[in-house]
Amino acid sequence: MQAPGIATEAPALREATPGARREVAPTTHGAWSLPAWLQATPMSLVFLLFFLVPLALIVAVSFWDATEYELIPAFTPKNYINVFDGCSNTSELCVTLKTYLSTFKFCFLTWLFTLVIGFTVAYFLAFYVRSTSVQTLLFVLCTIPFWTSNVIRMISWVPLLGRNGLVNEGLIKLGFIQQPLEWLLFSPFSVVLAFVHLFTFFMIVPIFNSMMRIDRSLLEAARDAGATPWQTLWNVVVPLSRTGIIIGSIFVITIVMGDFVTIGVMGGQQIASVGKIIQVQTSYLQFPLAAANAVILLAVVLMIIWALTRLVDIRKEL
Amino acid sequence: MRTREPRGFGFYALALFFAAFVLFLYGPMIAIFVLSFQGPEGGLVFPMRGWSLHWFAKLMEGVGVVDIWAAFGRSLRLGALVTALTVIFSLLASLAFRKKLRFGSALFFVTVASLIMPSIIVSLGIGLSFRLLDTGLKSLFTAVGWEGALESFTTTMGLYSSALGAQLTWTLPFGLLVMFSVFNRFNPAYEEAARDLGATPWQSFRHVVLPLIGPAVVGVAMFGFTLSWDEIARSSQAIGDLNTLPLELQGLTTTVTTPVIYALGTVTTVVSFIVVGVTLGLMALLARRRRGGAHR
Repeated sequence: MQAPGIATEAPALREATPGARREVAPTTHGAWSLPAWLQATPMSLVFLLFFLVPLALIVAVSFWDATEYELIPAFTPKNYINVFDGCSNTSELCVTLKTYLSTFKFCFLTWLFTLVIGFTVAYFLAFYVRSTSVQTLLFVLCTIPFWTSNVIRMISWVPLLGRNGLVNEGLIKLGFIQQPLEWLLFSPFSVVLAFVHLFTFFMIVPIFNSMMRIDRSLLEAARDAGATPWQTLWNVVVPLSRTGIIIGSIFVITIVMGDFVTIGVMGGQQIASVGKIIQVQTSYLQFPLAAANAVILLAVVLMIIWALTRLVDIRKEL
Repeated sequence: MRTREPRGFGFYALALFFAAFVLFLYGPMIAIFVLSFQGPEGGLVFPMRGWSLHWFAKLMEGVGVVDIWAAFGRSLRLGALVTALTVIFSLLASLAFRKKLRFGSALFFVTVASLIMPSIIVSLGIGLSFRLLDTGLKSLFTAVGWEGALESFTTTMGLYSSALGAQLTWTLPFGLLVMFSVFNRFNPAYEEAARDLGATPWQSFRHVVLPLIGPAVVGVAMFGFTLSWDEIARSSQAIGDLNTLPLELQGLTTTVTTPVIYALGTVTTVVSFIVVGVTLGLMALLARRRRGGAHR
């Protein structure tokens, strides 16, 4: 059972909550004699140099000025004004708001589909598969594609959705359509499809993890008390899977909000997203502008995460 | 625990849903594996026009102007280094968390923040930092009057500096979380026993702790390598002049219109699967050795 062990314990994200960490028995001895701070130094240094300092620099540079050749340290709101240029116009949406709107749309659709599919798959695995080994096997089956290249998984839709792909050919042969459908590939549809294909994994793992921790006698109690399967699902399983659902949602939403690779490849480089704008601006060396966009994106993502965690607490209060 | 009763409608409906999901996951990938064996006249879609290894042969010759095998090598070397550092750093840090660690919750918070931070932001930040570092170094050389260094210096950005750091911000959180989940279930009584028997801390780590957590350490290595092997978003702005394989691959999606790209996809997927397979085998072996040792 060791082999599938990693699959179930590796993404054990629930254990990642600080609350769970306190379960680790603090040992003053053993576990190597080096002092703790020395053991934590390499990892702390990596995050300091490659995460915290860069983030601070993004915030700083977002207020800088620049010419075509160099960055000029300054303190100017110019970049932010540039980002929201024309946004006071009420008759037509400015580019930035339009981009955010379309990014939100992708985000919401992807979240909805990955949540519904991920929850259903996890629910089936956790409560309907009776043997543990079959359960592990099926779980691993769902996680294997995660180990292959995302770009490969994206282009693997070409033979199916392309102009002469299987879907179009099939529909024409069956007489449903005369012309190949053009919106199947390199379209908003294919972008959402690829997101769901790539990232449902991030929903299944934490939700499955939460579900495996639900005390099975609670379900029996619900049934004995006369609850229908739907009532049990809605009033027992869903609330108790809450942590997994929130963790999965945070993963999917943060990935989609910042994505530029999937939208680039599956949108045929034609669809804008916030991440894509930042990428394009850096390729033109417009760093202060890109930094301002990054700061705004970061603020938006943090607000979404904050709202998600609030949402849970509020429901708990009710 | 659960009684064996006849499976209801719900089971069959859900089983069907699950089967459809697995088909959705694997179907497209299987399609490109099959299509990579197209004959020389074959295109990007079905039907198959003959079967051959033609496109793999084409791949061996290289794809267009891109030196795909150099990128392949770079990805392998960077992946190996990322793997080694991920294992060492996350093992050390997880050991630190078992003791009283000042600022432990701050480090933990940063780790989780790094995991859920949109990759483009991290990538932009690292790219920016190294550019500023370059500017700083150049003005330093000018100020000191170090002409030789000024002429030969190009950039500090590169595969083993900025790109390596970018990938570590992505692999270390996974590594640390795996180690946490292992130490959560770890029974410290074994260490106490070792200590009571007179083992030094190093001996108890080497002969007691390490064999027990061995399979998980191998798991962290697998995470490190496969995450690095496929990584695009974090390294994209921080890579410097030489691209890794996935970055080249991403570029090829817009220019290459022959099944050679499917052949490349098949090859990279096979590498991923070999790594995962070897890892799982190694973990099973370690676990068996551990059990065998306990019985002896």
